[in-house]
Amino acid sequence: MAINEETVKEVAKLAKLEIEEEDIHAFTKEMDSIIEMVEQLEGLDTEGVEGTYHGLSSHNVWREDKAEKGTDKELLFKNVKTRKNGFIEVPAMFDNGGSEA
Amino acid sequence: MNLEPVIGLEVHVELKTDSKMFSPSPAHFGAEPNTNTNVIDWGHPGVLPVVNKTAIEYGMRAALALNCKIANHTKFDRKNYFYPDNPKAYQISQFDQPIGYDGWIEIEVNGETKKIRIERVHLEEDAGKNTHGEDGASYVDLNRQGTPLIEIVSEADMRSPEEAHAYLETIKQLIQFTKVSDVKMQEGSMRCDANISLRPYGQEEFGTKAEIKNLNSFSYVKKGLEFEINRQEKALIAGGALQQETRRYDEATGGTLLMRTKEGSSDYRYFPEPDIPNLIISDEWINDVRTSLPEMPKERQERYVKEYSLPEYDAVVLTATVEMSDFFQETVAHDADPKQASNWLMGEVSAYLNSEQVDLHDTNLTPKALADMINLIADGTISSKIAKKVFRELITNGSDDVKALVEEKGWVQLSDPSKLLPIITETLDKNEQSIEDYKNGKDRAMGFLVGQVMKQTRGQANPGMVNKLLKEELDKR
Repeated sequence: MAINEETVKEVAKLAKLEIEEEDIHAFTKEMDSIIEMVEQLEGLDTEGVEGTYHGLSSHNVWREDKAEKGTDKELLFKNVKTRKNGFIEVPAMFDNGGSEA
Repeated sequence: MNLEPVIGLEVHVELKTDSKMFSPSPAHFGAEPNTNTNVIDWGHPGVLPVVNKTAIEYGMRAALALNCKIANHTKFDRKNYFYPDNPKAYQISQFDQPIGYDGWIEIEVNGETKKIRIERVHLEEDAGKNTHGEDGASYVDLNRQGTPLIEIVSEADMRSPEEAHAYLETIKQLIQFTKVSDVKMQEGSMRCDANISLRPYGQEEFGTKAEIKNLNSFSYVKKGLEFEINRQEKALIAGGALQQETRRYDEATGGTLLMRTKEGSSDYRYFPEPDIPNLIISDEWINDVRTSLPEMPKERQERYVKEYSLPEYDAVVLTATVEMSDFFQETVAHDADPKQASNWLMGEVSAYLNSEQVDLHDTNLTPKALADMINLIADGTISSKIAKKVFRELITNGSDDVKALVEEKGWVQLSDPSKLLPIITETLDKNEQSIEDYKNGKDRAMGFLVGQVMKQTRGQANPGMVNKLLKEELDKR
């Protein structure tokens, strides 16, 4: 087994997903079979083959640096639950894995 | 136990582009909250981020200024994390193929030069700004989110808070010369995190490190590191073991507070950004950017000493910022004497900028006006005393024609003997006693008489000329 129940719980935590205790066993089996399938690739001989980082062979897709007006704020704020003075109001969060930029 | 601090810094610098790193929304400072942001920044379904070419070029400029190699093959990666300052729930960054790597800079501490290696320079996007309220809520402004950033990661080559400080100053100076960023810590366009550990002198292996965040000024970096050295030293000397942790500098106390330990650290699950195809950077492009870089501070300093015969001190002060250095060069290009230009810039100009808390470009002084004023002093048109008035006028209101300005204001120095002589004769006639004192060898009498003439001319007489004429007239009496 490549995946155990602890891994499933950890992944759920990172993805901020709540999983019912009774579902964990089923998810573990499912994820394990997915990983197992992908792991078949390990059997291939990739000696001398360059790594692939992207599914597309195109490169250097970029735009010129020219600013355009932002999306209308009222449209964007349709997805905002609570607001105050033009800001998005969220529950206070202090440095628990916070901004990493 | 004698312990040696080992310090590495991560510096974030905001790039001064017009639009954001991956979307065309404006990367401008100071707009109404949440107006400079769009559906791409918010990661709405179906949107596609597209790389800002200028940001790539700016990243290259910065990396080259830090003596980095530029990767011919580079790409972007997703760094996953949940936090309200980034609605996409991931930051597009660079993981294993940074645009710049293997760089170095030279720092100077106590007159000694030291090389600090730079591991990598990578491109990424900034997060939004969270303001913590006191009512159990935080307030998010996403205008900053998506602004292009470079992260400069040093090797753990620094051994004291002073070296860390010098490293930061030098990074700021070099990046500023490339003109890709304002690099102002007080405005957040330059930010710093520090990694610090202690080890016994002579030991090669690193000790357990702490990462310190929120070091938002040069002095906080120094204070935070000093505090941390002290804290770790006490723990180690007491025989305790340190745990790897992230700490936060607390401005109120000057200390650091625990944020999280390694066990609680995030797993960012980096993976190649599928929305952005890889980048291939040609040697030709790299060379173009390299040749477009301006002359850097060290080279400028050497040239000022050699070409303009300036003292080394002047050369260092003038090249502290690119703005000052460019201004100096343009003033000299307008035929000002280099030493005079240097004196004015280091003296009156710097004093003005300091007292008004502004930058050169906020004033109305131009290199041409400064050069013209210096030349008007040199040819005797204005006195150096009046020049201070002229300068004040030039820096606050500006002028395209300094000569016309001093004429119009009646600031032209009186040097014409035919105009000065009547005043001198009149002064002598009124001060018989001083003439006698002068004849009896009292030097003070001469000073008094010069003063009287200056008073009569409201300070506009050329003191040298007054002296000469007075002497001649006194000798005739």
